Amino acid sequence: MRTPEVVVTGLGVVAPNGVGTEEFWAAALGGVSGIRRVTRFDPGGYPAVLAGEVRDEEFDPAGCLPGRLLPQTDRVTRMALVAADWALAEAGLVRADDGYDVGVVTSSAAGGYEFGQRELQNLWAKGPQHVSAYQSFAWFYAVNTGQISIRNGMRGPCGVLVSDGAGGLDALGQARRMIRNGTAAMVSGAVESTLCPWGWVAHLATGQVSTAADPGAGYLPFAAGARGHLPGEGGAIVVMEDADRAAARGVTGYGTVAGHAATFDPPPGSGRPPALRRAAELALDDAGITPGQVDAVFADAAGSPVADAQEAEVIRGLFGDGGVPVCAPKAMTGRLGAGSGPLDVVTALLAMRDGLLPPAGPVAAAAAGHRIDLVTGRARPHQVRTALVLARGQGGFNSAVVLRGAGAIQEGTTP
Amino acid sequence: MKQLTMEEFVEILRASAGEDEAVDLGGEIGDTPFADLGYDSLALLETAGRVQRTYGIDLGDETLAEADTPRRFLEAVNTSLAAGV
Repeated sequence: MRTPEVVVTGLGVVAPNGVGTEEFWAAALGGVSGIRRVTRFDPGGYPAVLAGEVRDEEFDPAGCLPGRLLPQTDRVTRMALVAADWALAEAGLVRADDGYDVGVVTSSAAGGYEFGQRELQNLWAKGPQHVSAYQSFAWFYAVNTGQISIRNGMRGPCGVLVSDGAGGLDALGQARRMIRNGTAAMVSGAVESTLCPWGWVAHLATGQVSTAADPGAGYLPFAAGARGHLPGEGGAIVVMEDADRAAARGVTGYGTVAGHAATFDPPPGSGRPPALRRAAELALDDAGITPGQVDAVFADAAGSPVADAQEAEVIRGLFGDGGVPVCAPKAMTGRLGAGSGPLDVVTALLAMRDGLLPPAGPVAAAAAGHRIDLVTGRARPHQVRTALVLARGQGGFNSAVVLRGAGAIQEGTTP
Repeated sequence: MKQLTMEEFVEILRASAGEDEAVDLGGEIGDTPFADLGYDSLALLETAGRVQRTYGIDLGDETLAEADTPRRFLEAVNTSLAAGV
């Protein structure tokens, strides 16, 4: 039986440092950060005050979505719907079979928090009669998948994966699986939005959020001064297709999802190592390549000294000391929950297209002890044919995706 | 005695469930089925909830199920308001 290659043919990005694929990419290459003091609510009463916020002047859901959808959607679903629209427009997907040939699988670590907070406030302050009927689904992890499916008439395999920060890559892995099982195309990826007080206290409860007040010092993954991370909102939705079917209508796409694997860490105190390395190894095996063929790694970049050291050890173990360029563009967006993995995949595909690796925002240099070749300061010209994307989630989730570029690749120049 | 007007109802409908771009809620919509105006059952549940809270009435599920046009919905609300229930 034929095992189709799975190619990414459309990108949709909503990120704190750029709304729209090219806007985001220009910001990432230029080292432009979207980290700032939270404005969606007053963070003054909380220990942490910085986040990667998507700016209202850049993201206008009312200008992009039908009026009927606005009262029933959380901010996160509006972002997902708009990003899906953009990805589908770029892919130029032609549906057949009444939509049964296209499915949707997204990931979510949080669901619709802002909507949920408002309705919980209505419940406890005013009573059950005051809770919106739309709360029945607007808060739910699967709501982005459902609304994308309904809006675009997609009746193929649909689902949602919940594995915290690793989930976005897991969704892409599941979408690839569905295409290999015969579905023509999948809409996949993840976006998150939790910048409301209810979401904020959930982030703070992890104990991993930086309490810095200086936007240039809050989230410095792999730096000697790493002191935790900052949450952000946004992510990426992509269109993935059977490469042969895409080629039949003249579409090459950005690159293929060549490998994926997910692992789970052993319980604390077991004495066994975390399973991130195993995820990377399995994903490389799945792609049929060796570490020597990888041209760039997009790191999870947790931003805490212990987690950074663990990831650096994995990268050294696979590629040797400084053996491969390591990118951490999420230092410019904050950690987007499940959204970061797909956004890193988009970033890696654009790096392949343009032959440029984005810098790690405000990080001046990786701590010497990590012995990794972190891309810092400015974009680095580098030919990328194959990239490894890593992601971890709270509670022991690890996921890895291998991407392979499509078509001819030229080394670019720094803008 | 307070009655719900079509204008007030349309305002609540817009706020509760939004507005389909293909429909003019300012036009003659009294006898147009809600489905043709772009509203599904959940949209009507949301709208009815807000009307009942605002006017302090309880329409009951059967009444709501039969109110399939704006005019019928208004009649149900205003009958309830007149009866004071």
